[in-house]
Amino acid sequence: MNQLNLDHASAAVEFNKDEPRVDWHDETLWFVRTKRDRAAAQLPEWEQLREAASQIKNHVLSNMHDLLAQFEENAKQNGITVHWAENADEHNAIIHKLIQDAGVTRMVKSKSMLTEECHLNDYLTRHGIEVIDSDLGERIVQMRKEPPSHIVLPAIHLKKSDVGETFHEHLGTEKGATDPQYLTEAARQHLRDTFLTRKVALTGVNFAIAETGGFVVCTNEGNADMGAHLADVHIAAMGFEKIIPRAEHLGVFLRLLARSATGQPITTFSSHFHRPRPGQQMHIVIVDNGRSRQLGRPDFRNSLKCIRCAACLNTCPVYRRSGGHSYHSAIAGPIGSILAPNLDMKLNADLPFASTLCGSCSNVCPVKIDIHDQLYKWRQVLMKEGYGPGSKTAAMKAMATVLESPSLYRVAGKIGRGVLRFTPVLAENRFNPWYNQREMPEPPAESFRDWYINNKKV
Amino acid sequence: MTSREKILANIKANQPDLRPLPEQYTFVSTFPDLTKQFIDVLTFVGGRALVVPDYAAIRADLQAQYPNLKSVATTIPELADLADRTMTVSDPHELADLNLAIIEGPIAVAENAAIWVDEQQLPQRVAPMITQYLVIVIRQSTLVPNMHDAYKQLKVDTTGFGTFICGPSKTADIEQSLVIGAHGARSLTVYLLP
Ligand code: SF4
Repeated sequence: MNQLNLDHASAAVEFNKDEPRVDWHDETLWFVRTKRDRAAAQLPEWEQLREAASQIKNHVLSNMHDLLAQFEENAKQNGITVHWAENADEHNAIIHKLIQDAGVTRMVKSKSMLTEECHLNDYLTRHGIEVIDSDLGERIVQMRKEPPSHIVLPAIHLKKSDVGETFHEHLGTEKGATDPQYLTEAARQHLRDTFLTRKVALTGVNFAIAETGGFVVCTNEGNADMGAHLADVHIAAMGFEKIIPRAEHLGVFLRLLARSATGQPITTFSSHFHRPRPGQQMHIVIVDNGRSRQLGRPDFRNSLKCIRCAACLNTCPVYRRSGGHSYHSAIAGPIGSILAPNLDMKLNADLPFASTLCGSCSNVCPVKIDIHDQLYKWRQVLMKEGYGPGSKTAAMKAMATVLESPSLYRVAGKIGRGVLRFTPVLAENRFNPWYNQREMPEPPAESFRDWYINNKKV
Repeated sequence: MTSREKILANIKANQPDLRPLPEQYTFVSTFPDLTKQFIDVLTFVGGRALVVPDYAAIRADLQAQYPNLKSVATTIPELADLADRTMTVSDPHELADLNLAIIEGPIAVAENAAIWVDEQQLPQRVAPMITQYLVIVIRQSTLVPNMHDAYKQLKVDTTGFGTFICGPSKTADIEQSLVIGAHGARSLTVYLLP
């Protein structure tokens, strides 16, 4: 948890202290990435599917206003109540009010990154509402009072021994138990009771269909369905960018989503909700929270095409070796690093720098977001706005001064070579981030300039 | 201005110029044998598939798989004698102790072994998740190659709820170890009639 107060680089240093664990984290996520590759290779039309998905989403961004209006009208006709929330506070307040109106103080919730973004659990807990996350990974991190570290695999940073300890403490499983089958069974029993006793259930939304006024929720565990179908009130929370024009477009997205996420051909349940069941209330909360601002930024609006598959996290060499918590933001990894500065530029100025710009993220993205280009563009915006990370800003200012003056440049070069040759400890210290995990190079005896002058004389 | 008006006004002001929908968004999948493709994928995701000639074969297999199981319900008239209870209840909580649900699937997809069911097959939406074990009977003649074909045939809002089911419920949230039977059914058996 204390990692949340550190910037990405410092939190990554903490994460890297346990080397075998970092290696394991790295390999586990790479394994998920290879499963994605295998699944993609099975479809000859994979690249065409990505292109179709990208174009459908481009259309959605350009037609957002009308599609949302159409969705609202159709959803209302279906008997769904539609709410609009400008920001996180309004989103939280709407949901709180719906729970109060139902006359209860407890709610069960399936996975929704939006509610993480809005800090809904904290808000409701402060207002005396108990929230239980029902996705197994989310339940694990919730018990440990940690945020999810990955958007698809929330507890990917934990070993089974960690989960065993947590369950021993909270669910009374045997001390030292680490068998995933046994631990999952314990969670199943515990959450079954929760599903059966909660009158309000919240789910996320993977896709909302303008043409039919319904929405689709995808899970492997069946937890969204268990919650929603047993509750008197079903609340679905969505960022407005989840809209797609027609049901037939789901063919494209459902073929891409699970294959990109985990290499599965499709999730176990892809549930289409169109009307409340008799006697039930169904609500949709459509949230902006900075999205309309991002829509107005030509360089960054493409980030709103994201379908949250997490392929860009799994493939990212920085994510795999720094862990999700080092991003101190609801959505970690490359896509989170584009979304977060839009929410708070100052607080998240370090994130676009948490990338090697290798481009692997853009290569796997099923909706073809130019992720690494956007990270590069954010860096420029942040430096210009004066939000560049402190050490980089100071170093770059100094460098600019040196580069502007030929004589200073020559002196600096001499000093640099001298430092490396005679007092390497000055360069190989913890104040020089470049030295971390690296040996400083052997310095040349003379500069290129000196060499050139000397050799020309001959 | 209400939040709704503000959000929609901001979107209108900020959205880029209209881009057309792509012309191609459906694709053709060709499998030499749809039934084999379906069975291979279902097996891969932890389900069990059985090609059967008739309901008698289904009954025989079910009796062998689940001898003496209580709290069994079905919506299929031909198998009604196997059931000792109904799924047609007014309160879904009454299904909490359902052990085996036997339902029909009107459309199944070969590429990913997903079976569509909606409220025409489900007396209660929660039935296929809350039951301990799930059986779905499909017909090979209703297999379509891929998801595009399925959506061409389906009208997703015919009823208030419908879902694609692919295999038993599962999780890999504990150290990426696959565990079958998360919150939904602990097993899925699919019988394929001609
Ligand atoms: S940016 Fe692309 S790859 Fe990353 S989560 Fe979103 S859709 Fe997936």
